[in-house]
Amino acid sequence: MNYIWVIMIVFSFLSAIATKNMNNLSSAVLSSGSSAVTLALKLLGIICFWNGLIQIAEKSGLTKKLCKLLYPVLKLLFPTLKDEEALEAIAMNMTANLLGLDNAATPLGLKAMKRLKDLSPQNNIADDNMVRFVVINTAALHIVSTTVALLRQEYGSNAPTEIIFPAILTSIIALSSGVFMTFILKKVFR
Amino acid sequence: MIKLSDYIIPTVIILIIIYGIFKGTNVFDEFIKGAKNGFKIVYTITPSLIALIFAIELMKASGGLDILCSFLSPITKLLGIPQELTPLTILSPISGSGSVGMFERILKDNGPDGFIGRCASVMMGSTETTFYTMTLYYSSVNIKKTRHTLPSALCADFISFILSPKIVKLFFK
Repeated sequence: MNYIWVIMIVFSFLSAIATKNMNNLSSAVLSSGSSAVTLALKLLGIICFWNGLIQIAEKSGLTKKLCKLLYPVLKLLFPTLKDEEALEAIAMNMTANLLGLDNAATPLGLKAMKRLKDLSPQNNIADDNMVRFVVINTAALHIVSTTVALLRQEYGSNAPTEIIFPAILTSIIALSSGVFMTFILKKVFR
Repeated sequence: MIKLSDYIIPTVIILIIIYGIFKGTNVFDEFIKGAKNGFKIVYTITPSLIALIFAIELMKASGGLDILCSFLSPITKLLGIPQELTPLTILSPISGSGSVGMFERILKDNGPDGFIGRCASVMMGSTETTFYTMTLYYSSVNIKKTRHTLPSALCADFISFILSPKIVKLFFK
């Protein structure tokens, strides 16, 4: 990230010289801070609201219930994993992801990783279960993409949530192909 | 299909609240507690939003983004990805804040309900920041050799990028 940020800025500066856009560039410098804060404020409401709801779901035991529903899927995804504690942490992480709660999913995911590590004989090499678990997290499947829906609404969409089904379909296919790759490639990368 | 999607968010909300009451949870207090955590989350992401939106706005204003996009357009054209979305495909595996900023920019320039806006929305809804997630998860347990994680994860991202325009065409004729 360090380098990418610098490259973006230097590249912009050079492009501005090339395209003689320096006046636009300097006005962008001045306005970018406030547009970032505006975006953060737009997100603030929905993030707080959604976190509040999830807190209710957690306290009432609803998330635990959803986890149970995920168990058959987990058996398919992690055929070699038998450890209950690891499976439960993975299920919790996936539930949080499904609800569109990245920030709640992360600590749960780290907990699952820790458990997987404890089970793994090799010290600093990822085993098949870890790889698959991380891949599932990098292609997170959301039922409700609240950030996307909110920003669409902010820019005057007539139907901010109309992308939910196409997005779910796309994620399922993308996620499956990622998982499929982990099963294929596990022989290649030893 | 489109009508049904209007129901999803309200239904999820009602279900959570009703279930909570039914189980005897103090729903209001719990809601407030969770919402407070939301503040912390926004507090932690705002600095990186500022840094990345700064870089994105510079790229945009300097014409650098156009140069980059036209440079990459032969590849994206081949894959059927609209040129306007190229920057999103580059940023989204790398940075969450960066892709939110880019996504906002795309909605601002192209509108949310056109082909471009919808494609961007589907892409945003179906990918996660691959590099960030990988780094975080593996470094938390001190793992150096990640074996086939990156190729598999990037394969999923790639599929989502080339699929998004096609699925949008399928859903919105």
